[in-house]
Amino acid sequence: MTGSTADWPLWEVFVRSRRGVSHVHAGTVHAPDAELALQNARDLFTRRSEGISIWVVRSSDVTASDPDDREAFFDPAADKTFRHPTDFELPDDVANM
Amino acid sequence: MGNDDGAPAPEHDPRLARFDALIDADERIEPTDWMPDRYRDTLVRQIAQHAHSEIIGMQPEGNWLTRAPSLRRKAILTAKVQDEAGHGLYLYGAAETLGTPRDELLDRLHTGRQKYSSIFNYATLTWADVGAIGWLVDGAAIMNQVPLCRCSYGPYARAMVRVCKEESFHQRQGFQIMLELSTGTDGQRAMAQDALDRWWWPSIMMFGPPDAESVHGDQNMRWGIKRFGNDELRQKFIDATVPQADLLGLTIPDPDLRFDEETGHYVHGPIDWDHFWDVIKGNGPASRERISTRVAAHVEGAWVREAATAYAAKQTARVGTEHGGAAA
Repeated sequence: MTGSTADWPLWEVFVRSRRGVSHVHAGTVHAPDAELALQNARDLFTRRSEGISIWVVRSSDVTASDPDDREAFFDPAADKTFRHPTDFELPDDVANM
Repeated sequence: MGNDDGAPAPEHDPRLARFDALIDADERIEPTDWMPDRYRDTLVRQIAQHAHSEIIGMQPEGNWLTRAPSLRRKAILTAKVQDEAGHGLYLYGAAETLGTPRDELLDRLHTGRQKYSSIFNYATLTWADVGAIGWLVDGAAIMNQVPLCRCSYGPYARAMVRVCKEESFHQRQGFQIMLELSTGTDGQRAMAQDALDRWWWPSIMMFGPPDAESVHGDQNMRWGIKRFGNDELRQKFIDATVPQADLLGLTIPDPDLRFDEETGHYVHGPIDWDHFWDVIKGNGPASRERISTRVAAHVEGAWVREAATAYAAKQTARVGTEHGGAAA
């Protein structure tokens, strides 16, 4: 077929739904450049006022942790239960701490 | 992709054990997780088929965009058809996370190697058909799609959450068209009944063949791709829809249809599955036209894609030159 889009990069789309909240991943679009990626993302993910701000990032620019290394990678957090308030027992008389 | 890398025999593969454990715990599978080839293939086929159905589904209603009876109805129908395009894109995006590029998926549709829902092989003969499609076809689609929001494959489930949110307006606008027609003139009422007569059985068939004849049903249940059987969903749809037809004062074209007091469900007459398989094979009233229209749209849109590609290349080159200039 002509007009192939095979070499159009994939873009990850993040949408901020309203002031005070973070941009959240919404999905992906294909586009030849960032400008069209933004417009495509606008048309695709905010047809019902779902957003007030959009980020697009080339998927190839995302560095992700390796799911196979998950256990080792996140292990340092596992044995530090003292980082959680529930690790500290308080006398019943202490309310609201 | 896949487990052809000299891995141990499948049944002893620790990766399979981990995958099964995730499925058993009703956890979601994400794109970077290892998964059995058959799970991946099944999902690519199902999600792509679903995506194809969305974009082919633009055609029967698209035919009525210029003939909708009022400006309001034109605007509503345009928004609905645009939603179908969007649903297709959410789904192609989900399918791509499994490693099959979008161009390849479209090519499989255009060359008939992948199917789309047989419901879109029927023609929309009157304006009432647009109402019947929204009410019945989108209604049946919602029954099918809501359980998919809990599908074991994360990106598919997330796409379906978006789709389902948007789908309910589709059904309501269709029901409202039917309501307007069925409370209108005798001619309008007859038009509504005629549309129901033609769309009822194809809509019932959208849930697929009886579970006893369904090829992949059990495995897909096991994998959490499918959550309910075809017959169960079909029954749910009939139970929900018959009272709506009564409210419209229209007659469901099934002489055997009756309410069973004991079970609390409607009992329907025999379904013509030979007709269903014939349509699947490409002998539906509009089968050939749907694909040729789709291919024509793709070919005629080539210049737009080429222009966008050329513009992006030019911008990149220009930025490159400017940067070069600044460095000098």
